[in-house]
Amino acid sequence: MFEGWDAEVLARAQFAFTMAFHIVFPAFSIGLASYLAVLEALWLWTGREVFINLFNYWLKIFAIAFGMGVVSGIVMSYQFGTNWSAFSDKAGPVIGPLMAYEVLTAFFLEAGFLGVMLFGLERVGHKLHFFATLMVATGTLISAFWILSANSWMQTPAGYAVNADGQFVAADWFKVIFNPSFPYRLVHMVLAAYLTTALVVGAVGAFHLLRDRHLAGPRVMFSMAMWMATLVAPIQILAGDQHGLNTLEHQPVKIMAMEGHFESHRDGAPLVLFGLPDEGAGKVKYAIEVPKLGSLILKHSPDAPLAGLDTVPRENWPPVPITFWSFRIMVGMGFLMLGLGLFSLWTRWRGTLYESRLLHMSAMAMGPAGFIAVLAGWITTETGRQPFTVYGLLRTAESASPLAAPAVGSSLIAFVIVYFIVYAAGLTYLFRLMAAAPHPGEQGPSGDMPAHAAGITPAIGAAAQGRA
Amino acid sequence: MMTGIIDVATIWAFIIAFAVFVYVVMDGFDLGLGILFPLFPEKADRDVIMNSVAPVWDGNETWLVLGGGGLMAAFPLAYAVLMPALYTPVIAMLVGLIFRGVAFEFRWRTTQSTRNRWDIAFAGGSLVAALAQGIALGAILQGVHVEARHYAGGWWDWLTPFSILTGLALVVGYALLGATWLVLKTESGLRDKAYRLSWFLLFAMLGAIGAVSIATPFLHIQYTQRWFSWPNVILTAPVPIAVAAIAVLLLRSLANKHDNQPFFLSLALFALSYAGLGISMWPYIVPQSITIWQAASPENSQVFMLFGVIVLVPLILGYTAWAYWVFRGKVRPGSGYH
Repeated sequence: MFEGWDAEVLARAQFAFTMAFHIVFPAFSIGLASYLAVLEALWLWTGREVFINLFNYWLKIFAIAFGMGVVSGIVMSYQFGTNWSAFSDKAGPVIGPLMAYEVLTAFFLEAGFLGVMLFGLERVGHKLHFFATLMVATGTLISAFWILSANSWMQTPAGYAVNADGQFVAADWFKVIFNPSFPYRLVHMVLAAYLTTALVVGAVGAFHLLRDRHLAGPRVMFSMAMWMATLVAPIQILAGDQHGLNTLEHQPVKIMAMEGHFESHRDGAPLVLFGLPDEGAGKVKYAIEVPKLGSLILKHSPDAPLAGLDTVPRENWPPVPITFWSFRIMVGMGFLMLGLGLFSLWTRWRGTLYESRLLHMSAMAMGPAGFIAVLAGWITTETGRQPFTVYGLLRTAESASPLAAPAVGSSLIAFVIVYFIVYAAGLTYLFRLMAAAPHPGEQGPSGDMPAHAAGITPAIGAAAQGRA
Repeated sequence: MMTGIIDVATIWAFIIAFAVFVYVVMDGFDLGLGILFPLFPEKADRDVIMNSVAPVWDGNETWLVLGGGGLMAAFPLAYAVLMPALYTPVIAMLVGLIFRGVAFEFRWRTTQSTRNRWDIAFAGGSLVAALAQGIALGAILQGVHVEARHYAGGWWDWLTPFSILTGLALVVGYALLGATWLVLKTESGLRDKAYRLSWFLLFAMLGAIGAVSIATPFLHIQYTQRWFSWPNVILTAPVPIAVAAIAVLLLRSLANKHDNQPFFLSLALFALSYAGLGISMWPYIVPQSITIWQAASPENSQVFMLFGVIVLVPLILGYTAWAYWVFRGKVRPGSGYH
């Protein structure tokens, strides 16, 4: 099996597959950890029981999502060596320390305080428990900082030199970490994580409001989620625009692929809304275009010239159709989120936020939109970087391990099978938890399990709820 | 190459060794619990076993990420050579860790009739991960074929009788850590059974240490010289003597039923075996091909990370210890968490 296959293509497929399954969990847990910190803070501040109920409700979901993120993340940290050993040797001295700092400053912080966050409320008291929640939430953000710095360095390498062994070495760590695309990518990704979580929370809230609009928990979480969508979606569109301008400056070829600009335009490039990019013919077939709008968006001037892929050697083209389409999916999701936010704002103003069935059904339909946008955006930026791993400097073909196709193919199949088993089960359990409405006296992961229902005496349970 | 002065590459070799050791110590016992799981068929026992590590397993596995990530950062050449060389065991380990990792949450979320499936995933995943780690260790010790900064061997090179032996040895060792952990953390029937298992596993572990020790010098003449040539033997002889002494102490603590001692004495056995491993390998990071200096990152990469390690590792050890302290003491059926 896999004789005659290209080991590099299989290695790329494996990275794409394991990464796609991994990235959705950090995206969700970055947002959810912050949301949990907000809920616990509101509970400590106001003493309202609804907040601790919501905290415990989402904490159980967080426990599963976080666990799945951890195990799929361990796979990523070893995959650089197993499938991309040449990359690891050459870029390790620069990329490696950034990831080592991620482990030291973020992973340990999250893991160290997670146990207390999940199981320790009654053991350490409210203030220390809140501190543990804050540490977990902070850890997820620090993690985003380092991994996006590493990713951005591969997109827009800076502050490096090359040594005698052909390895990249850091000349200036500050320039390495704060490379040109990093601030934009960090803001864009963290906002995406917050939006993703808000849409999931909103969808779960809407699901329960459709069944009973008087439930306190769903009302509170739905309202919070819709505020988040209303406020963050426009900011995210702005941040995405700025990120795009930054990409135009540092990775113009990626923009050409995203926009479907095969040809150069001397006096104003159109904005291609839709069409079928054909790499062989070097044009977008059946294109629906708005004249001059491409230049207006990218150069803020309708007549500004824009170079196309015809100025770039064919061997340096990224895969145009994938980049083109994933970009459109991401942008489309962004505008749908904006629409949902505005819709909720209108119903809020009319006083029908908790009554509008159309809003609730829209919010439910938009539940997975954040994940779709994150995946599409990630595919855009990563395929747009091709055919390089370190943009312009190290080709993907020169990065792979010296492995035969059967080895890479077999491990790919193993991961596909394992992930489908594990993720099918995990999603089932997540949906099962979400299908039950948060209720008064909601217990966290240490609570309502059949395993220790017998162990908790009614008096202790009542005392715990009384404090809530 | 060796200048006699402690340089930053040497410091990093000890840091990576430390991270891997902490991983072996911390995840070793919780993998061991998975290995022993089939011997505890009662659901109530299994719940207690899971509860004894549920709050800390996540942190335990983070040391593995530090070991892998740190190796890539500090010794990228070694990482780039070893990972393709150990391809199959590493993938098997990752798959094993996935199954056992998700089982911690999943087994509480499923309905009663299917709960056993995640128990099987927990036990099977733990066994596969432990076996794969031991095999990887043996494969590293026996050396890998390197040409021009690349792994140049075949993808079954790791599989030899020696690597199978080290694989089984590590499974036995982890099981001993798991059994003595249960002695420390549980009570009554469960603890008594853990005592009985500890006896058996201790003898099995001593046998495994003996077998690996006898087999290792046959791999390379350098290992034989390292251990037995004069004057090295003055420095190496205390290791087996200390193993014997710890073994006696461990037997006594098992006989006298001092719940708090066997786990820590088992850790001491691991530490000595680990020191023996270090004596065999030094100064190679890929035995007989690549030294720590050849594999080292440029000094500015290593120094950049060293600042972080000096400040952060004590902090990490501090809050990890706190988390263990919060969940200290015996785990009772149905108590506290999960």
